[in-house]
Amino acid sequence: MGWTILRHLGVWLLIAWPAWVLAADPLDSPSWEDLRKRYFAGQAVVFDEAVKVVAPVTAEDPLNVPIGVDASRLEDVREVQVLADLNPIVEILSFEPGTADPRLGFRIKLQQSSPVRAAARTGDGVWHVGGTWVNTTGGGCTLPSTGSASPDWQRRLNEVSGRIWHNVEAAPGQRVRIRIVHPMDTGLAAGNPAFYIQDLRIADDAGHTLMQIQGHEPVSENPLFTLDLPAGLANLARVKVTGRDNNGNRIDAWVTP
Amino acid sequence: MKARVLFVTHLLFWTLVLILGLPSAWSADFDYHLRPQAIAPDTWVLEGRTEDFSVDNGGNIVNTAFIVTPAGVVVIDSGPSLRYGQQLLAAIGRITPLPVVKVLITHHHPDHFLGNQAFPAATLAALPETIRDLTREGKAFTENMYRLTGDWMKGTEMVVPGQALTPGILEVGNHRLELLALAGHTDADLAVFDQTTGVLFGGDLVFHQRAPTTPHARISAWLSSLDHLATRPYRVIVPGHGPVATDDAPLRQTRAYLVWLNRTMGEGAAAGLDMTEMLTRPLPPDFRALAVQPVEYRRSVAHLYPAAEQAALEPAGDRR
Repeated sequence: MGWTILRHLGVWLLIAWPAWVLAADPLDSPSWEDLRKRYFAGQAVVFDEAVKVVAPVTAEDPLNVPIGVDASRLEDVREVQVLADLNPIVEILSFEPGTADPRLGFRIKLQQSSPVRAAARTGDGVWHVGGTWVNTTGGGCTLPSTGSASPDWQRRLNEVSGRIWHNVEAAPGQRVRIRIVHPMDTGLAAGNPAFYIQDLRIADDAGHTLMQIQGHEPVSENPLFTLDLPAGLANLARVKVTGRDNNGNRIDAWVTP
Repeated sequence: MKARVLFVTHLLFWTLVLILGLPSAWSADFDYHLRPQAIAPDTWVLEGRTEDFSVDNGGNIVNTAFIVTPAGVVVIDSGPSLRYGQQLLAAIGRITPLPVVKVLITHHHPDHFLGNQAFPAATLAALPETIRDLTREGKAFTENMYRLTGDWMKGTEMVVPGQALTPGILEVGNHRLELLALAGHTDADLAVFDQTTGVLFGGDLVFHQRAPTTPHARISAWLSSLDHLATRPYRVIVPGHGPVATDDAPLRQTRAYLVWLNRTMGEGAAAGLDMTEMLTRPLPPDFRALAVQPVEYRRSVAHLYPAAEQAALEPAGDRR
Protein backbone atom coordinates (compact mmCIF):
# COMPACT_ATOMS: atom_id res chain seq x y z
CA MET A 1 0.00 0.00 0.00
CA GLY A 2 2.68 2.49 1.08
CA TRP A 3 4.78 1.48 -1.91
CA THR A 4 1.97 2.08 -4.32
CA ILE A 5 1.48 5.58 -2.99
CA LEU A 6 5.18 6.30 -3.20
CA ARG A 7 5.32 4.94 -6.72
CA HIS A 8 2.36 7.05 -7.75
CA LEU A 9 3.98 10.05 -6.14
CA GLY A 10 7.22 9.32 -7.97
CA VAL A 11 5.52 9.01 -11.34
CA TRP A 12 3.53 12.11 -10.63
CA LEU A 13 6.68 14.04 -9.76
CA LEU A 14 8.42 12.78 -12.88
CA ILE A 15 5.56 13.99 -15.05
CA ALA A 16 4.85 17.18 -13.19
CA TRP A 17 8.34 18.35 -12.42
CA PRO A 18 9.28 19.85 -15.74
CA ALA A 19 5.86 21.46 -16.08
CA TRP A 20 6.22 22.92 -12.63
CA VAL A 21 9.66 24.32 -13.34
CA LEU A 22 8.36 25.78 -16.60
CA ALA A 23 5.20 27.21 -15.14
CA ALA A 24 6.10 30.65 -16.44
CA ASP A 25 7.45 30.84 -19.98
CA PRO A 26 9.47 34.06 -19.92
CA LEU A 27 8.40 34.71 -23.52
CA ASP A 28 4.73 34.06 -22.70
CA SER A 29 4.15 32.13 -25.92
CA PRO A 30 0.82 30.45 -26.63
CA SER A 31 2.45 27.36 -28.07
CA TRP A 32 5.37 26.73 -25.75
CA GLU A 33 3.59 23.88 -23.90
CA ASP A 34 2.96 22.08 -27.19
CA LEU A 35 6.55 22.60 -28.25
CA ARG A 36 7.85 21.29 -24.96
CA LYS A 37 5.77 18.14 -25.31
CA ARG A 38 6.75 17.64 -28.92
CA TYR A 39 10.49 18.23 -28.68
CA PHE A 40 11.43 17.62 -25.05
CA ALA A 41 8.88 15.06 -23.81
CA GLY A 42 10.01 13.37 -20.62
CA GLN A 43 13.23 15.38 -20.50
CA ALA A 44 14.40 17.96 -18.03
CA VAL A 45 13.94 21.48 -19.37
CA VAL A 46 14.90 24.72 -17.63
CA PHE A 47 14.71 28.33 -18.74
CA ASP A 48 18.22 29.63 -18.49
CA GLU A 49 19.46 33.13 -19.21
CA ALA A 50 22.88 31.66 -19.91
CA VAL A 51 21.51 30.73 -23.33
CA LYS A 52 21.29 33.88 -25.43
CA VAL A 53 19.40 34.43 -28.64
CA VAL A 54 20.32 37.75 -30.23
CA ALA A 55 17.98 39.10 -32.90
CA PRO A 56 16.54 42.46 -33.89
CA VAL A 57 13.35 43.33 -32.01
CA THR A 58 11.80 44.13 -35.37
CA ALA A 59 13.04 42.31 -38.43
CA GLU A 60 13.33 44.52 -41.48
CA ASP A 61 13.31 41.62 -43.91
CA PRO A 62 11.22 38.54 -42.96
CA LEU A 63 13.24 36.48 -45.45
CA ASN A 64 16.52 37.30 -43.73
CA VAL A 65 16.17 37.67 -39.98
CA PRO A 66 19.62 37.61 -38.42
CA ILE A 67 19.90 35.33 -35.40
CA GLY A 68 22.84 34.80 -33.07
CA VAL A 69 22.69 31.85 -30.68
CA ASP A 70 25.17 31.72 -27.84
CA ALA A 71 25.28 28.91 -25.27
CA SER A 72 28.95 29.38 -24.49
CA ARG A 73 28.29 30.42 -20.90
CA LEU A 74 27.26 26.80 -20.23
CA GLU A 75 29.74 23.98 -19.73
CA ASP A 76 29.63 20.79 -21.75
CA VAL A 77 27.04 21.70 -24.39
CA ARG A 78 26.33 18.67 -26.57
CA GLU A 79 23.62 19.97 -28.85
CA VAL A 80 21.62 23.14 -29.49
CA GLN A 81 18.17 23.17 -31.08
CA VAL A 82 16.76 26.40 -32.50
CA LEU A 83 12.97 26.74 -32.72
CA ALA A 84 10.53 29.48 -33.72
CA ASP A 85 7.29 28.84 -31.83
CA LEU A 86 4.85 30.39 -34.26
CA ASN A 87 6.52 29.60 -37.56
CA PRO A 88 4.68 27.13 -39.83
CA ILE A 89 7.91 25.12 -39.70
CA VAL A 90 9.03 25.36 -36.09
CA GLU A 91 12.42 23.66 -36.36
CA ILE A 92 15.05 25.99 -37.77
CA LEU A 93 18.26 24.10 -37.25
CA SER A 94 20.24 22.24 -34.65
CA PHE A 95 23.97 22.07 -34.15
CA GLU A 96 26.50 19.98 -32.28
CA PRO A 97 29.65 21.87 -31.42
CA GLY A 98 32.94 20.03 -31.84
CA THR A 99 36.03 22.12 -31.24
CA ALA A 100 34.01 25.30 -31.97
CA ASP A 101 32.18 27.25 -29.28
CA PRO A 102 28.48 26.50 -28.86
CA ARG A 103 27.66 29.70 -30.72
CA LEU A 104 26.25 30.14 -34.20
CA GLY A 105 25.18 33.08 -36.35
CA PHE A 106 22.76 32.59 -39.24
CA ARG A 107 19.60 34.04 -40.83
CA ILE A 108 16.07 32.69 -40.93
CA LYS A 109 12.70 33.16 -42.60
CA LEU A 110 9.79 34.12 -40.38
CA GLN A 111 6.15 33.90 -41.38
CA GLN A 112 4.93 36.05 -38.48
CA SER A 113 6.17 37.57 -35.24
CA SER A 114 7.38 34.74 -33.02
CA PRO A 115 9.62 33.77 -30.16
CA VAL A 116 12.92 32.36 -31.39
CA ARG A 117 14.42 29.93 -28.90
CA ALA A 118 17.61 28.02 -28.46
CA ALA A 119 17.59 24.88 -26.32
CA ALA A 120 21.06 23.72 -25.33
CA ARG A 121 21.47 20.15 -24.03
CA THR A 122 24.31 19.77 -21.58
CA GLY A 123 26.11 16.52 -20.73
CA ASP A 124 23.72 15.81 -17.84
CA GLY A 125 20.82 15.64 -20.30
CA VAL A 126 19.17 18.89 -19.20
CA TRP A 127 17.87 21.28 -21.88
CA HIS A 128 18.64 24.93 -21.12
CA VAL A 129 16.24 27.21 -22.98
CA GLY A 130 16.74 30.86 -23.82
CA GLY A 131 15.13 33.06 -26.43
CA THR A 132 13.68 36.32 -27.57
CA TRP A 133 10.67 37.68 -29.46
CA VAL A 134 11.16 38.85 -33.01
CA ASN A 135 8.52 41.09 -34.61
CA THR A 136 8.09 41.00 -38.35
CA THR A 137 5.61 41.95 -41.03
CA GLY A 138 5.81 38.29 -41.99
CA GLY A 139 5.33 36.24 -45.10
CA GLY A 140 8.89 34.94 -45.10
CA CYS A 141 8.00 31.26 -45.37
CA THR A 142 5.44 31.34 -48.15
CA LEU A 143 7.50 33.25 -50.67
CA PRO A 144 9.55 31.36 -53.24
CA SER A 145 13.29 31.86 -53.05
CA THR A 146 14.71 34.45 -55.43
CA GLY A 147 17.18 31.80 -56.54
CA SER A 148 14.47 29.45 -57.76
CA ALA A 149 13.45 32.13 -60.26
CA SER A 150 16.98 32.69 -61.54
CA PRO A 151 18.87 30.56 -64.07
CA ASP A 152 22.01 31.05 -62.02
CA TRP A 153 21.45 28.84 -59.00
CA GLN A 154 21.50 25.50 -60.76
CA ARG A 155 25.00 26.17 -61.98
CA ARG A 156 26.13 27.44 -58.60
CA LEU A 157 24.12 25.10 -56.34
CA ASN A 158 26.02 24.18 -53.19
CA GLU A 159 28.92 26.42 -54.11
CA VAL A 160 30.76 27.34 -50.92
CA SER A 161 32.53 30.60 -50.18
CA GLY A 162 34.01 31.53 -46.87
CA ARG A 163 36.83 32.94 -44.86
CA ILE A 164 38.76 32.32 -41.67
CA TRP A 165 39.74 35.16 -39.36
CA HIS A 166 42.52 34.46 -36.89
CA ASN A 167 41.67 37.65 -35.04
CA VAL A 168 38.22 39.18 -34.93
CA GLU A 169 37.12 41.96 -32.59
CA ALA A 170 33.87 40.26 -31.63
CA ALA A 171 35.31 36.93 -30.50
CA PRO A 172 38.27 35.88 -28.39
CA GLY A 173 39.53 33.22 -30.80
CA GLN A 174 39.23 32.44 -34.49
CA ARG A 175 36.14 32.92 -36.59
CA VAL A 176 34.90 31.02 -39.62
CA ARG A 177 32.17 32.33 -41.91
CA ILE A 178 30.68 30.10 -44.59
CA ARG A 179 28.15 30.94 -47.28
CA ILE A 180 26.53 28.27 -49.44
CA VAL A 181 24.54 28.93 -52.60
CA HIS A 182 21.20 27.20 -52.08
CA PRO A 183 17.57 28.28 -52.65
CA MET A 184 16.43 26.80 -49.30
CA ASP A 185 12.80 26.58 -50.44
CA THR A 186 10.35 25.86 -47.65
CA GLY A 187 7.84 23.95 -49.77
CA LEU A 188 5.14 26.36 -48.58
CA ALA A 189 5.20 28.53 -51.71
CA ALA A 190 2.98 27.12 -54.47
CA GLY A 191 4.97 25.21 -57.06
CA ASN A 192 8.21 25.15 -55.06
CA PRO A 193 8.85 21.87 -53.26
CA ALA A 194 10.89 21.86 -50.06
CA PHE A 195 14.56 22.01 -51.01
CA TYR A 196 17.07 22.72 -48.28
CA ILE A 197 20.44 21.82 -46.80
CA GLN A 198 20.02 19.05 -44.25
CA ASP A 199 23.52 18.13 -43.15
CA LEU A 200 26.62 20.22 -42.89
CA ARG A 201 29.91 19.32 -41.28
CA ILE A 202 32.70 21.80 -40.80
CA ALA A 203 36.05 20.25 -39.96
CA ASP A 204 39.68 21.27 -39.68
CA ASP A 205 42.57 20.04 -41.79
CA ALA A 206 43.14 17.06 -39.49
CA GLY A 207 39.51 15.97 -39.75
CA HIS A 208 38.35 17.16 -36.31
CA THR A 209 34.79 18.45 -36.43
CA LEU A 210 34.39 22.12 -35.60
CA MET A 211 30.65 21.89 -35.84
CA GLN A 212 27.91 19.69 -37.22
CA ILE A 213 24.73 21.45 -38.38
CA GLN A 214 21.34 19.93 -39.21
CA GLY A 215 19.37 22.42 -41.27
CA HIS A 216 15.64 22.81 -41.81
CA GLU A 217 13.50 24.80 -44.24
CA PRO A 218 13.38 28.14 -42.36
CA VAL A 219 17.11 28.80 -42.74
CA SER A 220 17.44 31.69 -45.21
CA GLU A 221 18.37 31.34 -48.86
CA ASN A 222 22.12 31.15 -49.50
CA PRO A 223 22.80 30.34 -45.82
CA LEU A 224 25.63 32.12 -44.10
CA PHE A 225 26.99 30.62 -40.89
CA THR A 226 29.29 32.34 -38.40
CA LEU A 227 31.31 30.01 -36.12
CA ASP A 228 33.73 30.93 -33.37
CA LEU A 229 36.59 28.90 -31.96
CA PRO A 230 37.77 29.29 -28.39
CA ALA A 231 40.99 31.25 -27.86
CA GLY A 232 44.22 29.30 -27.65
CA LEU A 233 43.69 26.81 -30.51
CA ALA A 234 46.29 26.58 -33.25
CA ASN A 235 45.56 28.74 -36.27
CA LEU A 236 43.37 26.97 -38.80
CA ALA A 237 45.15 26.50 -42.12
CA ARG A 238 41.91 25.70 -43.90
CA VAL A 239 38.47 24.28 -43.20
CA LYS A 240 36.62 21.46 -44.91
CA VAL A 241 32.90 21.87 -45.55
CA THR A 242 30.91 18.76 -46.43
CA GLY A 243 27.23 17.94 -46.46
CA ARG A 244 24.13 17.39 -48.55
CA ASP A 245 20.70 18.79 -49.20
CA ASN A 246 17.39 16.90 -48.96
CA ASN A 247 17.64 15.97 -52.65
CA GLY A 248 21.00 14.31 -52.09
CA ASN A 249 23.12 16.99 -53.79
CA ARG A 250 26.52 17.02 -52.14
CA ILE A 251 28.45 19.90 -50.63
CA ASP A 252 32.20 19.51 -50.62
CA ALA A 253 34.67 22.39 -50.45
CA TRP A 254 37.68 23.86 -48.69
CA VAL A 255 37.66 27.30 -47.15
CA THR A 256 40.95 29.14 -46.62
CA PRO A 257 41.77 32.22 -44.48
CA MET B 1 -22.07 43.35 -2.53
CA LYS B 2 -18.34 43.05 -2.75
CA ALA B 3 -18.66 41.79 -6.32
CA ARG B 4 -20.83 44.72 -7.19
CA VAL B 5 -18.36 47.27 -5.83
CA LEU B 6 -15.67 45.48 -7.80
CA PHE B 7 -17.82 45.64 -10.92
CA VAL B 8 -18.45 49.36 -10.56
CA THR B 9 -14.76 50.00 -9.92
CA HIS B 10 -13.90 48.05 -13.06
CA LEU B 11 -16.50 49.93 -15.04
CA LEU B 12 -15.11 53.27 -13.88
CA PHE B 13 -11.59 52.19 -14.55
CA TRP B 14 -12.24 51.00 -18.09
CA THR B 15 -14.36 54.03 -18.91
CA LEU B 16 -11.43 56.20 -17.87
CA VAL B 17 -9.04 54.08 -19.91
CA LEU B 18 -11.31 54.47 -22.92
CA ILE B 19 -11.61 58.23 -22.54
CA LEU B 20 -7.98 58.99 -21.71
CA GLY B 21 -6.24 56.22 -23.55
CA LEU B 22 -7.73 56.57 -27.01
CA PRO B 23 -4.97 57.04 -29.51
CA SER B 24 -5.19 60.57 -30.85
CA ALA B 25 -5.99 59.23 -34.30
CA TRP B 26 -9.30 57.75 -33.17
CA SER B 27 -10.63 60.90 -31.67
CA ALA B 28 -9.04 63.11 -34.32
CA ASP B 29 -10.72 63.99 -37.58
CA PHE B 30 -7.76 62.65 -39.57
CA ASP B 31 -6.60 66.16 -40.27
CA TYR B 32 -2.94 66.38 -41.25
CA HIS B 33 -3.03 70.13 -40.53
CA LEU B 34 -1.19 70.83 -43.75
CA ARG B 35 0.20 74.36 -43.81
CA PRO B 36 1.96 75.33 -47.01
CA GLN B 37 4.98 77.52 -46.36
CA ALA B 38 6.13 79.88 -49.09
CA ILE B 39 9.80 79.19 -49.80
CA ALA B 40 10.24 81.12 -53.07
CA PRO B 41 8.05 83.04 -55.53
CA ASP B 42 5.01 80.88 -56.51
CA THR B 43 6.47 77.98 -54.50
CA TRP B 44 5.09 76.26 -51.40
CA VAL B 45 6.32 73.31 -49.36
CA LEU B 46 4.37 71.13 -46.93
CA GLU B 47 6.93 69.85 -44.51
CA GLY B 48 6.28 66.49 -42.88
CA ARG B 49 7.56 65.32 -39.54
CA THR B 50 11.00 63.75 -39.34
CA GLU B 51 9.60 60.49 -37.96
CA ASP B 52 8.89 56.96 -38.98
CA PHE B 53 5.39 55.99 -40.17
CA SER B 54 2.95 55.73 -37.28
CA VAL B 55 -0.74 55.81 -36.38
CA ASP B 56 0.08 59.10 -34.69
CA ASN B 57 1.44 60.90 -37.77
CA GLY B 58 -0.74 59.12 -40.34
CA GLY B 59 2.25 58.83 -42.66
CA ASN B 60 2.87 62.58 -42.85
CA ILE B 61 6.63 62.22 -42.66
CA VAL B 62 7.31 63.49 -46.15
CA ASN B 63 7.75 66.86 -47.87
CA THR B 64 5.41 67.66 -50.72
CA ALA B 65 5.43 70.88 -52.72
CA PHE B 66 3.60 72.84 -55.37
CA ILE B 67 4.37 75.62 -57.83
CA VAL B 68 1.64 78.01 -58.90
CA THR B 69 2.00 79.15 -62.53
CA PRO B 70 -0.45 81.10 -64.70
CA ALA B 71 -1.00 77.86 -66.64
CA GLY B 72 -1.95 75.91 -63.52
CA VAL B 73 -0.38 74.22 -60.52
CA VAL B 74 2.47 71.72 -60.58
CA VAL B 75 2.50 69.36 -57.59
CA ILE B 76 5.62 67.46 -56.54
CA ASP B 77 4.66 64.22 -54.76
CA SER B 78 1.12 63.50 -53.57
CA GLY B 79 1.76 62.22 -50.02
CA PRO B 80 1.05 59.04 -48.04
CA SER B 81 -2.74 58.57 -48.36
CA LEU B 82 -5.96 59.55 -50.11
CA ARG B 83 -6.79 61.85 -47.18
CA TYR B 84 -3.42 63.55 -47.55
CA GLY B 85 -3.97 64.03 -51.26
CA GLN B 86 -7.41 65.55 -50.63
CA GLN B 87 -6.07 67.83 -47.92
CA LEU B 88 -3.15 68.85 -50.13
CA LEU B 89 -5.59 69.72 -52.89
CA ALA B 90 -7.69 71.75 -50.43
CA ALA B 91 -4.56 73.57 -49.19
CA ILE B 92 -3.68 74.46 -52.78
CA GLY B 93 -7.26 75.69 -53.29
CA ARG B 94 -6.85 78.10 -50.38
CA ILE B 95 -3.92 79.71 -52.18
CA THR B 96 -5.01 79.70 -55.82
CA PRO B 97 -8.18 79.00 -57.80
CA LEU B 98 -6.06 77.58 -60.64
CA PRO B 99 -6.33 73.86 -61.36
CA VAL B 100 -3.60 71.27 -60.82
CA VAL B 101 -2.17 70.49 -64.25
CA LYS B 102 0.71 68.20 -63.33
CA VAL B 103 1.60 65.90 -60.41
CA LEU B 104 5.23 64.79 -60.58
CA ILE B 105 5.93 61.65 -58.57
CA THR B 106 9.61 61.56 -57.59
CA HIS B 107 9.91 57.81 -56.93
CA HIS B 108 7.95 54.67 -56.07
CA HIS B 109 7.89 54.85 -52.25
CA PRO B 110 4.43 54.92 -50.65
CA ASP B 111 4.70 58.24 -48.79
CA HIS B 112 5.28 59.97 -52.12
CA PHE B 113 2.48 58.57 -54.33
CA LEU B 114 -0.48 57.35 -52.27
CA GLY B 115 -2.22 60.72 -52.50
CA ASN B 116 -2.52 60.25 -56.30
CA GLN B 117 -6.18 59.27 -56.08
CA ALA B 118 -7.14 62.82 -55.10
CA PHE B 119 -5.84 64.27 -58.39
CA PRO B 120 -7.15 63.93 -61.95
CA ALA B 121 -5.57 60.80 -63.45
CA ALA B 122 -4.37 62.71 -66.52
CA THR B 123 -2.14 64.94 -64.37
CA LEU B 124 -0.12 62.08 -62.81
CA ALA B 125 3.39 61.66 -64.19
CA ALA B 126 6.58 59.81 -63.26
CA LEU B 127 9.75 58.39 -64.78
CA PRO B 128 9.16 55.15 -66.79
CA GLU B 129 11.11 53.00 -64.29
CA THR B 130 9.06 54.48 -61.45
CA ILE B 131 5.88 53.50 -63.28
CA ARG B 132 7.30 50.00 -63.78
CA ASP B 133 8.28 49.61 -60.10
CA LEU B 134 4.97 51.02 -58.89
CA THR B 135 3.12 48.47 -60.99
CA ARG B 136 5.30 45.75 -59.51
CA GLU B 137 5.54 46.75 -55.84
CA GLY B 138 2.96 49.47 -55.24
CA LYS B 139 0.24 47.15 -53.99
CA ALA B 140 2.45 45.59 -51.31
CA PHE B 141 3.56 49.09 -50.20
CA THR B 142 -0.06 50.17 -49.96
CA GLU B 143 -0.99 47.20 -47.78
CA ASN B 144 2.00 47.88 -45.56
CA MET B 145 0.88 51.49 -45.06
CA TYR B 146 -2.51 50.27 -43.86
CA ARG B 147 -0.65 48.20 -41.29
CA LEU B 148 1.60 51.07 -40.20
CA THR B 149 -0.82 54.00 -40.09
CA GLY B 150 -4.26 52.38 -39.77
CA ASP B 151 -7.43 54.37 -40.48
CA TRP B 152 -5.56 57.34 -41.92
CA MET B 153 -5.38 55.17 -45.02
CA LYS B 154 -9.14 54.64 -45.30
CA GLY B 155 -10.19 54.44 -48.94
CA THR B 156 -6.62 54.72 -50.26
CA GLU B 157 -5.86 52.75 -53.38
CA MET B 158 -2.77 52.86 -55.52
CA VAL B 159 -3.03 54.84 -58.76
CA VAL B 160 -0.14 54.33 -61.17
CA PRO B 161 0.71 57.51 -63.13
CA GLY B 162 -0.14 57.14 -66.81
CA GLN B 163 2.31 59.72 -68.08
CA ALA B 164 5.96 58.73 -68.53
CA LEU B 165 8.31 61.68 -68.09
CA THR B 166 11.34 62.29 -70.25
CA PRO B 167 14.28 64.10 -68.68
CA GLY B 168 14.85 67.69 -69.80
CA ILE B 169 12.92 70.93 -69.72
CA LEU B 170 9.23 70.99 -68.88
CA GLU B 171 7.70 74.42 -69.34
CA VAL B 172 4.58 75.14 -67.37
CA GLY B 173 3.31 78.71 -67.56
CA ASN B 174 6.22 80.99 -66.80
CA HIS B 175 8.28 78.29 -65.04
CA ARG B 176 11.07 76.34 -66.70
CA LEU B 177 11.39 73.06 -64.82
CA GLU B 178 14.39 70.86 -65.47
CA LEU B 179 13.51 67.20 -64.88
CA LEU B 180 16.55 65.23 -63.76
CA ALA B 181 16.31 61.45 -64.15
CA LEU B 182 18.64 60.15 -61.46
CA ALA B 183 18.93 56.99 -59.35
CA GLY B 184 20.41 55.55 -56.19
CA HIS B 185 17.74 55.98 -53.55
CA THR B 186 15.66 53.75 -55.83
CA ASP B 187 16.17 52.62 -59.42
CA ALA B 188 14.61 55.86 -60.64
CA ASP B 189 14.68 59.11 -58.71
CA LEU B 190 13.24 62.27 -60.21
CA ALA B 191 14.67 65.59 -59.08
CA VAL B 192 13.20 68.86 -60.30
CA PHE B 193 15.18 72.07 -60.70
CA ASP B 194 13.01 75.14 -61.22
CA GLN B 195 15.27 77.37 -63.32
CA THR B 196 12.86 80.25 -62.89
CA THR B 197 13.09 80.42 -59.10
CA GLY B 198 16.28 78.48 -58.37
CA VAL B 199 14.47 75.90 -56.21
CA LEU B 200 15.85 72.37 -56.33
CA PHE B 201 13.42 69.63 -55.34
CA GLY B 202 15.69 66.71 -54.48
CA GLY B 203 13.10 64.04 -53.72
CA ASP B 204 14.52 61.31 -51.52
CA LEU B 205 17.98 61.69 -52.98
CA VAL B 206 18.23 64.41 -50.35
CA PHE B 207 17.61 64.00 -46.62
CA HIS B 208 18.13 66.71 -44.03
CA GLN B 209 18.50 66.21 -40.26
CA ARG B 210 16.88 62.82 -40.76
CA ALA B 211 18.64 59.54 -41.49
CA PRO B 212 18.36 58.45 -45.14
CA THR B 213 16.40 55.27 -45.87
CA THR B 214 17.87 52.54 -48.04
CA PRO B 215 15.40 49.73 -48.87
CA HIS B 216 16.11 50.05 -52.60
CA ALA B 217 19.39 51.93 -52.42
CA ARG B 218 22.47 51.58 -54.61
CA ILE B 219 24.90 53.81 -52.84
CA SER B 220 27.42 54.41 -55.63
CA ALA B 221 24.63 55.55 -57.96
CA TRP B 222 23.18 57.68 -55.18
CA LEU B 223 26.52 59.46 -54.63
CA SER B 224 26.80 60.22 -58.36
CA SER B 225 23.28 61.65 -58.25
CA LEU B 226 24.27 63.92 -55.35
CA ASP B 227 27.24 65.12 -57.42
CA HIS B 228 24.86 65.88 -60.25
CA LEU B 229 22.46 67.83 -58.02
CA ALA B 230 25.35 69.88 -56.63
CA THR B 231 26.08 71.21 -60.14
CA ARG B 232 22.72 73.02 -60.27
CA PRO B 233 22.85 76.70 -59.20
CA TYR B 234 20.06 76.38 -56.66
CA ARG B 235 19.07 79.04 -54.12
CA VAL B 236 16.74 76.83 -52.10
CA ILE B 237 16.85 73.07 -51.71
CA VAL B 238 13.83 70.97 -50.75
CA PRO B 239 14.77 67.55 -49.35
CA GLY B 240 12.37 64.60 -49.51
CA HIS B 241 12.47 64.49 -45.71
CA GLY B 242 13.60 67.19 -43.28
CA PRO B 243 13.70 70.99 -43.32
CA VAL B 244 14.12 73.13 -46.43
CA ALA B 245 17.55 74.79 -46.68
CA THR B 246 19.26 77.60 -48.54
CA ASP B 247 22.77 76.14 -48.30
CA ASP B 248 24.36 72.81 -49.20
CA ALA B 249 23.85 71.25 -45.75
CA PRO B 250 21.26 68.69 -46.95
CA LEU B 251 23.52 67.49 -49.79
CA ARG B 252 26.58 67.39 -47.53
CA GLN B 253 24.76 65.53 -44.76
CA THR B 254 23.26 62.96 -47.09
CA ARG B 255 26.61 62.37 -48.76
CA ALA B 256 28.53 62.08 -45.47
CA TYR B 257 26.03 59.59 -44.08
CA LEU B 258 26.00 57.40 -47.19
CA VAL B 259 29.78 57.37 -47.44
CA TRP B 260 30.03 56.40 -43.77
CA LEU B 261 27.31 53.75 -44.12
CA ASN B 262 28.96 52.18 -47.15
CA ARG B 263 32.37 52.16 -45.50
CA THR B 264 30.95 50.73 -42.28
CA MET B 265 29.33 47.83 -44.16
CA GLY B 266 32.54 47.08 -46.03
CA GLU B 267 34.72 47.28 -42.93
CA GLY B 268 32.34 45.14 -40.90
CA ALA B 269 32.27 42.44 -43.55
CA ALA B 270 36.04 42.52 -43.97
CA ALA B 271 36.43 42.21 -40.19
CA GLY B 272 34.20 39.12 -40.18
CA LEU B 273 31.33 40.57 -38.16
CA ASP B 274 28.01 38.76 -38.11
CA MET B 275 24.89 40.75 -38.98
CA THR B 276 23.68 40.66 -35.38
CA GLU B 277 26.97 42.27 -34.34
CA MET B 278 26.62 44.94 -37.03
CA LEU B 279 23.16 45.80 -35.69
CA THR B 280 24.45 46.69 -32.24
CA ARG B 281 27.39 48.84 -33.34
CA PRO B 282 27.31 52.36 -31.88
CA LEU B 283 26.86 55.23 -34.34
CA PRO B 284 29.21 58.23 -34.54
CA PRO B 285 27.69 61.23 -32.68
CA ASP B 286 26.92 63.20 -35.88
CA PHE B 287 24.84 60.40 -37.34
CA ARG B 288 23.30 59.34 -34.03
CA ALA B 289 21.84 62.86 -33.76
CA LEU B 290 19.80 62.47 -36.97
CA ALA B 291 16.07 61.80 -36.60
CA VAL B 292 14.92 58.15 -36.69
CA GLN B 293 18.26 56.77 -35.51
CA PRO B 294 19.42 54.16 -34.76
CA VAL B 295 16.35 52.61 -36.40
CA GLU B 296 17.34 53.59 -39.94
CA TYR B 297 20.92 52.42 -39.46
CA ARG B 298 19.64 48.99 -38.39
CA ARG B 299 17.34 48.82 -41.37
CA SER B 300 20.20 49.73 -43.62
CA VAL B 301 22.25 46.86 -42.18
CA ALA B 302 19.47 44.51 -43.31
CA HIS B 303 19.42 46.11 -46.76
CA LEU B 304 23.13 46.55 -47.43
CA TYR B 305 25.15 44.13 -45.31
CA PRO B 306 24.40 40.91 -47.26
CA ALA B 307 26.06 42.31 -50.40
CA ALA B 308 29.07 43.52 -48.39
CA GLU B 309 29.39 40.09 -46.80
CA GLN B 310 29.23 38.35 -50.12
CA ALA B 311 31.96 40.60 -51.50
CA ALA B 312 34.13 39.83 -48.47
CA LEU B 313 33.59 36.07 -48.61
CA GLU B 314 33.56 35.16 -52.27
CA PRO B 315 37.15 35.76 -53.43
CA ALA B 316 38.60 33.46 -50.80
CA GLY B 317 36.28 30.49 -51.35
CA ASP B 318 37.34 27.38 -53.19
CA ARG B 319 34.48 26.90 -55.62
CA ARG B 320 33.16 23.59 -56.74
